[in-house]
Amino acid sequence: MIEQDLISKVVSLEDYSQKKFDTIIKVENLFAYFGELKALDNISLSIPKNSVTAIIGPSGCGKSTFLRCLNKMHQEIGGTTEGKIYYNGIDIENIDPVILRRNIGMVFQKPNPFPTMSIINNVVAGLKYNGVRDKKLLNEIAEICLKKVGLWEEVKDNLNRSGASLSGGQQQRLCIARTLTVNPEVILMDEPTSALDPIATTKIEDLIYELKKDYTIIIVTHNMQQAARVSDYTAFFYMGRLIEFSDTKKIFTNPSNKQTEEYISGRFG
Amino acid sequence: MKELLVEKSYSSVYDKLKRNSLKQANNIRKINWGDFIYEKLTLFFAIIVFLLVVVMGYEMYVNSKLSIDKFGWKFLSEKTWDPVTEIYGALPSIVGTLVSSFLALLIAFPLSIGVAIYLSELAPSWLEKPLSFLVELLAGIPSIVYGLWGIFVLVPWLRTEVQPFLYEHLGFLPFFRGPMYGFSILAASLILSVMVLPIISSISRDIMRSVPSVQKEAALALGATKWEATKIVLANSKTGILGATMLGLGRAIGETMAVTMVIGNRPIISLSLFDPGYTMASIIANEFTEATSELYISALIELALILFIITIVINAAARFLVWSLERKWKKI
Repeated sequence: MIEQDLISKVVSLEDYSQKKFDTIIKVENLFAYFGELKALDNISLSIPKNSVTAIIGPSGCGKSTFLRCLNKMHQEIGGTTEGKIYYNGIDIENIDPVILRRNIGMVFQKPNPFPTMSIINNVVAGLKYNGVRDKKLLNEIAEICLKKVGLWEEVKDNLNRSGASLSGGQQQRLCIARTLTVNPEVILMDEPTSALDPIATTKIEDLIYELKKDYTIIIVTHNMQQAARVSDYTAFFYMGRLIEFSDTKKIFTNPSNKQTEEYISGRFG
Repeated sequence: MKELLVEKSYSSVYDKLKRNSLKQANNIRKINWGDFIYEKLTLFFAIIVFLLVVVMGYEMYVNSKLSIDKFGWKFLSEKTWDPVTEIYGALPSIVGTLVSSFLALLIAFPLSIGVAIYLSELAPSWLEKPLSFLVELLAGIPSIVYGLWGIFVLVPWLRTEVQPFLYEHLGFLPFFRGPMYGFSILAASLILSVMVLPIISSISRDIMRSVPSVQKEAALALGATKWEATKIVLANSKTGILGATMLGLGRAIGETMAVTMVIGNRPIISLSLFDPGYTMASIIANEFTEATSELYISALIELALILFIITIVINAAARFLVWSLERKWKKI
């Protein structure tokens, strides 16, 4: 509780996020394009708060693009979108991307710590972008977040070494800690374990389970077992369209769509 | 059936291959001549480059022996360059070369980084291509053209506008004093800065573009502004940008024609940037045809030797700097 207070002190969320919604992100008729190429075709769904939502589907089905639309990263690489995305009831078109991304954090497929920064500076980079300068506060938050991801014990004696000196799994947890420091409400994870070995993967999955209490997590994954293990809800994408979205249990035991059934039973994809 | 046929036709090929490899296996102790010649030939080419440098250095040393014997180390510290009394000293031209080059770098570096940032990070793609092309075009303009532009545009402009302005506002500094001819170290530095700008900016742009996009995205995803994300990119390309700058410096030090046309060509050392100066390359270019005595020629060749050594030392130092910084930054 004290930890939470400390972090909230640093980044006070905008007024609108104080209102409680059961749906945190609502997507309506979303289309996304790369130039002429249509990557997402009329997606509508609502992401429930404080839950883990998995997005599965074969390569090139638009999973990652969907994720990157949610924090406006899609536009950053020259893509365009149509349709509406609401975050806590507010059209994200009206939210400055910098503010939006402080509330909707992102973890990438390949661990990407800043190689020119030390471990500690990697963790607090986001806070510094948010204007926090107080050294003591920075260190405290860094410790809290590193503990949250279970990395503190492993790195506490080497905080000044390069972030790139850690193993892949440690780097990914470092990146998650870095995302946590700015205290986002939502964390987007784009295949966070696809570059990791099974043990590191297990650690990240346990972490996702822990984080669910305080954050809403949307995770894109290639690994259906992973989706079944960590998520509460699952969305199945195919060819840029949302085929099915429901309880993970239902999707994996009794999917209502034939394509979903074929995909999860491994008949295609 | 069809598959079987294919397999059969393949199998004859495989047989042949197998027989060939067996033949080779019998010859295994023998040298593979193709690879041998290939390796030695490329080695030979590589050695030629090295030999060229050594031979050039040796030739210059031999041909400047007269001047070296006569003046010794004093050649480096002597301030007079006087063909009439046959007293030759390299100091003014060494100073002129270094001052004009570093000043050019000082002007060109921030501009180049600005250009590189805009081209690699901010410019929309329809604008980025023509702009990049124009910047690279700057590098392709012959230096004599720069020189002419310098004489007819830059120098008059300096004389009538810039130098009076600097004198009026910054005249209390020793750098902006003295008669305003236009032909000056300042003119040389400005023209050099335009010439090195495309080198530094286009290489820096390529280096910044080669930084993995996930680095920038990681910063943006944490709520960084565009400038903060660009700083991450810059931090990742530090060593490369340093290397690009050193290449620019090398170009500035060796540049002859354009500098000769605007620097004023007087072997003096002065604090003021308004005063004319001389560079080693300019002296050689200007005076080689008039050099009549053995000693004169020998002194000019010694200048060439010094220029040669300075260039090598600066390049080596730059390489070493980049290398050691790379190691240090990796270790953090």
